[in-house]
Amino acid sequence: MSVEVVSGNHAAGYALSVAGEANRAARGASCGIYPITPQTEIVEYVASFPFQKSRVVPVESEHSAMAVSIGASLAGARAFTASSSNGIAYMVENIMVAGYYRLPIVMVAVNRTLGPPWNIWADQGDTLMLRDFPWIQFYAEDNQEVLDATLMAFRLAEDHRILLPALVAMDAFIVSHTQAETVLPDQSAVDRYLPELDLPHRLLHEDPKTLGGLAWPEVAMSLRLEIDEAMDRVDEVFGECRAAFRDVFERDPGGAIETLGTEDAEIVVVVSSSIATTAREIVKQRRAAGEKIGFVKIKMFRPFPERALREACNTAKAVAVLDRNYAAGVGGVFWQEAKAAFQGHRDDLIIQDYLTGLCGGDVTPPMIDEVIADVTTRDAETKPIWMTAP
Amino acid sequence: MNGDRPISTLEQAPPIPCTEECLLRPGNTNCGGCGMGVGLTMLGRALAEADDTCTLAIPACCGIVTAGAFPTTSYGVPTVATTFASAAAVAAGIATVRDLNEERGQVICWAGDGGTYDIGIATLSAAAERNENIIYICYDNEIYGNTGGQRSSATPPGARTTTTPGGKSEEKKDIMAIMAAHQIPYAATLSIAHPDDFSRKLKTAFNTPGTRFLLMHSPCPTGWKSEPADSVELVRLAVASGLFPLYEVWNGSAWRINVEPDWTSPTEYFQRQRRFKDGEIDLQATERSCRDQFKRLKTLAQEFPHKTEEG
Repeated sequence: MSVEVVSGNHAAGYALSVAGEANRAARGASCGIYPITPQTEIVEYVASFPFQKSRVVPVESEHSAMAVSIGASLAGARAFTASSSNGIAYMVENIMVAGYYRLPIVMVAVNRTLGPPWNIWADQGDTLMLRDFPWIQFYAEDNQEVLDATLMAFRLAEDHRILLPALVAMDAFIVSHTQAETVLPDQSAVDRYLPELDLPHRLLHEDPKTLGGLAWPEVAMSLRLEIDEAMDRVDEVFGECRAAFRDVFERDPGGAIETLGTEDAEIVVVVSSSIATTAREIVKQRRAAGEKIGFVKIKMFRPFPERALREACNTAKAVAVLDRNYAAGVGGVFWQEAKAAFQGHRDDLIIQDYLTGLCGGDVTPPMIDEVIADVTTRDAETKPIWMTAP
Repeated sequence: MNGDRPISTLEQAPPIPCTEECLLRPGNTNCGGCGMGVGLTMLGRALAEADDTCTLAIPACCGIVTAGAFPTTSYGVPTVATTFASAAAVAAGIATVRDLNEERGQVICWAGDGGTYDIGIATLSAAAERNENIIYICYDNEIYGNTGGQRSSATPPGARTTTTPGGKSEEKKDIMAIMAAHQIPYAATLSIAHPDDFSRKLKTAFNTPGTRFLLMHSPCPTGWKSEPADSVELVRLAVASGLFPLYEVWNGSAWRINVEPDWTSPTEYFQRQRRFKDGEIDLQATERSCRDQFKRLKTLAQEFPHKTEEG
């Protein structure tokens, strides 16, 4: 183990590489890679890693990057890639295929505004576009969480009770390009944490199967149902992955959500990704001043931790959801998910959406204060409120 | 409807034993007279003769419909359906892991002209540029057959399709020249009317590492509006008249012609397919263009001959 000052991209590149290397005694690792700002450093890191049994394939598009990873995964290797923004949009068809093929591919995504207009800064719209696909999704707050969630993503995705791909997202530049003290676990520890990949449906000459051919409605629907059942098991298996992480790395990587002060909070601020760092500080300060305000960070977005969120808001009268994303004609995506989580459980609860920091805008401490002031005085919800830094 | 979810059909499905060792099993869903079915049979035979095996990567095309519906399959080898544009990239991933583990077996893309000439060309070009260790076989029926017969960039001039109801006005893309220009180790054309030549080229491909591209002229009675029994005769006429020359290219720098056309008039070739209308094909221009194309190939084969003999 070493503690180094590295960027979020470096942490991601390191995690993908040591995870791939950890499969060297089995069928090795492989990935298709393609550059796009601001994730390029991740694939550069992977391309220069001294793997013992791996081939990194520099392809001509994101679409093919995922396609190579799909082929490698089907052949039983540990497969991964990284992308961002329009690159993810271009990759979408094969992202979908990786999910429906139940391949435990891990993708690190740097959340960047989808263009046009051309904008390279943080916005979660690229990965939230994938919310209806069979992918597990994590939103990491900082460099350490990028690394930890990526390692956990492999273990979770490859578990035979799950067999779903997983993505770990981080905010463009705010995390991807900011250097911070990060614990980088040794290869030997990662080897202990990640068992050799054993894909039950890998391509075998001795047992030839045709994957992805025609399936009548009843069969195709049963495959969807199996995905739903696997999603239902994520909560339990993720708990095991977290416990194993503590055993091997002697640190707690955190759960699907993180809470602060929710035991008595009347107002709860719900955030994700790097906005959490700012929001947590504000909530801490205001709690110290005696205010009953709570904080929830949603780290696992898919499957959405509905129950945990409801429990965290048990004493709340109003919830403020901050969304760095926008679904056209509706509002923030985390807000929609939160609304659905409380539907039929807490119909008295005010759940107000604040669209903050879209397209890379700053989310400043005064903005969090403004959100809290607004939600505290509310007696009803309104349409999502658009906010920019003063 | 209730708390008890239906039992997965997957778990209920009886296992289908793999009793047929051939690549394409009997009972597949191909139309009568389909050239692709013949090609798959010949591929299976060539693999068996070479004591080799393969994994198939098949993009959206009739080739994946051939498998039939789950839980049955017509394929006796591991087969994966890829997205339309991705066959060469998925195959590259599979071949990479095969090579990392030093395993046997070819990784073969089996793709139509739509997936090769059109939507998949960037992926194929990139795989060829990286010299991925795969065999890419395009069964070229000159049409989007699986969707009911639309024009592709492989459709020849004059052919009526559902999207060129007045006949296609553009030339057919020269995919062989494009692939040879990638300087891949081996590229060759195949005709099911010349089975010995077909098999020999498959074996050459098996024994040549790197990216190998094979272009097979694939009759499609449904799209060509021809009689199923005429399929082999039609592609024989295409070779004889110089419409579909049989040749090989090594590393984009050495050529060999395999069958000399006897310059049979292409009239019969056109007349036996109702996708071509009488009077709409300029026969003289077609014959001239075939002779010119063959002359260019012949010049290349004479000036830059392939020297060593392969399998």
